Amino acid sequence: MRHTLAVLVENNPGVLARVAGLFSRRGFNIDSLAVGRTENPDVSRMTIVVEGDARVLEQVTKQLHKLVDVIKINDITADEYVDRELVLIKVNVGPAQRGEVMQIADVFRARIVDLGRKTLTLECTGNDGKINAFEESLRPYGIKELVRTGKIAMLRGFKYTGYHDNGTKEDN
Amino acid sequence: MKKTGAEILVQSLLAEGVDTIFGYPGGMVLPIYDALYDADLRHILTRHEQGAAHAADGYARASGKPGVCLATSGPGATNLVTGIANAYMDSIPMVAITGQVVTSLLGKDSFQEADITGITLPITKHNYLVKDVQDLAQTLREAFYIARTGRPGPVLIDIPRDVSGGTADYADPGPARLPGYSVNTKPDPEQVARAVRAIEESERPVIYAGGGVINGGAHEELLRLAEILLAPVATTLMGLGGFPGNHPLSVGMLGMHGSKYANYAVSECDLLIGVGVRFDDRVTSKLEAFAPGATIIHIDIDPAEIGKNVGVDIPVVGDVRNSLQKIIECLQPRLESRWRDKIQNWKKEYPIEFVENGRLKPQEVIKEMYNVTRGEVRVVTDVGQHQMWAAHYYTYHRPRTFITSGGLGTMGFGFPAALGVQVACPDETVLCITGDGSFQMNSQELATVVHYNLPVKIGIINNGYLGMVRQWQELFYNRRYSYVEITGPDFVKLAESYGAVGIRVSKKSEVREAMEEAMRVPGPVVIDFPIEREENVLPFVPPGEPINKMLG
Repeated sequence: MRHTLAVLVENNPGVLARVAGLFSRRGFNIDSLAVGRTENPDVSRMTIVVEGDARVLEQVTKQLHKLVDVIKINDITADEYVDRELVLIKVNVGPAQRGEVMQIADVFRARIVDLGRKTLTLECTGNDGKINAFEESLRPYGIKELVRTGKIAMLRGFKYTGYHDNGTKEDN
Repeated sequence: MKKTGAEILVQSLLAEGVDTIFGYPGGMVLPIYDALYDADLRHILTRHEQGAAHAADGYARASGKPGVCLATSGPGATNLVTGIANAYMDSIPMVAITGQVVTSLLGKDSFQEADITGITLPITKHNYLVKDVQDLAQTLREAFYIARTGRPGPVLIDIPRDVSGGTADYADPGPARLPGYSVNTKPDPEQVARAVRAIEESERPVIYAGGGVINGGAHEELLRLAEILLAPVATTLMGLGGFPGNHPLSVGMLGMHGSKYANYAVSECDLLIGVGVRFDDRVTSKLEAFAPGATIIHIDIDPAEIGKNVGVDIPVVGDVRNSLQKIIECLQPRLESRWRDKIQNWKKEYPIEFVENGRLKPQEVIKEMYNVTRGEVRVVTDVGQHQMWAAHYYTYHRPRTFITSGGLGTMGFGFPAALGVQVACPDETVLCITGDGSFQMNSQELATVVHYNLPVKIGIINNGYLGMVRQWQELFYNRRYSYVEITGPDFVKLAESYGAVGIRVSKKSEVREAMEEAMRVPGPVVIDFPIEREENVLPFVPPGEPINKMLG
């Protein structure tokens, strides 16, 4: 099963290498990993999508906790959460087919961010399923280039994955 | 007050209670060595950085305090790597300090530059590259705190030369502030209660004790638990000495080279109490067949060990000493146990034994070492057959008296580690039991022990083979002895050329006298024991078999 982990880490150099190295040497499978800073400049947040059964997930969580730079881990899979991914797709589209592609973009509420003589670049956000469907719809036109950010996620409602600066590590 | 980075380093080491460091100078640690020149710190100059790392490790294992080693950038730092990995695998508190090229040259493939924080990422508990001299004091405070608390381990601090040579205002940094690091020492009362119930309901309990008992100082509690339950105690290689080996409830070591009675006890128990252990493959062998009918209680300070290798029924996460105390408080002593009696019978029926044939046998050598030293010295081993014979035929009564490379299995560990043990315990006898292969991996440290007059006694169990590999080739590769026959120097002359005493023993009758002579010599002694060449370590669980299917 796929799990979505929200992980708060200290914004230190090398923290990504520590996390990525841990996954590769212990043989855990990362589906995606997105990282960026949070409202606190000292803290970065990773959203890690990892594949595994309950036992694997338990090990992933515990081993991550052992990294001194990891402040908090929240497995939000079972909770209500919002998740988004952003994709940029450049397709081979000349003037003749532009209309069709723009219609597809409309359906997915995607935006055209660049227009060339023979290409069209689109931006779309959504969850995994939507992004995959968008990609499939554009495939017949010829995808020249595609880049995805990896998923980011946040709990709905009052719950949150926060960081209290009281010098202790929290568990969920 | 303004201080240089190097002075801050020395000040911080003193503040952490460090009295000795093991190191080797070089270009990028020049400012540090300049500060050491008149510092109130003992520096032991080894002949190889690997020797410094193992010596710091041995010092830590003997004393319980973090061992400190120091090396320059590049090759100095990479030479520490095996020693750091060794300490990591056995959860030994250690702080490794390396010099690094100046910050402006970082990442430029500069002379003697190696990305040592990158290299040691998977073999340290944590590591640091200090880029600002202002951060140095706080970093050292954190490094020592991380190394010695919780499940101990090595921490590396990489210090560029312009940081050790720079200046900063120094003030004590106060306690370590690490939001991402916490140590859970108190066990969950609910799990303790479940453990107590399971123990009360058990008829055939076995205690499986490891290095965590020694790291956690829980040997007295372990003894009490065993005596309350009349339960046999099987230790891992790392756990030897954590329970008195001559106690009637001791069943010695379990696993691949465990005693038959220990492995039978584990295979037939209805409750297995793992204390400070990690269910390593050398212990469990075939996992599905390990303690198949048992409820498993696992007591450990590292939550990640719970369920890593085997499914655990009752996890008790906390300091092992504290956890055992909480459990013992709730238990009533057992007055009799048919299970204990059964195990006593197994002990009589299946002793660990060897065949005498008039030639010098390694087992006899080790037994005689025990007789002469009365089990009262610190034994340090290398890795291979001699290590297993030292585990089988020497009896360990107290914690920290058997020091060995368990997890990584590092040939070359023993002698430099013994040097570190001797520094930690200047008034005790340190006996290094090694092999001719292992000893040759770090024999250069003979110069160090002679220079500092560290009176380590080195017994070389010499069969002219890489014996453990030869044993596997004999048993599993049809005696095709591929590159395992190994020559060596005349060890007596080697010792003498360094200024140590060398003794050769060729007959069984000479072993005792040689050992007694070695003990009388006030300095380091090398004793060469040319033994029966193709002796095997038995009993032996072939790889992949359940632990009760033993050869020998």
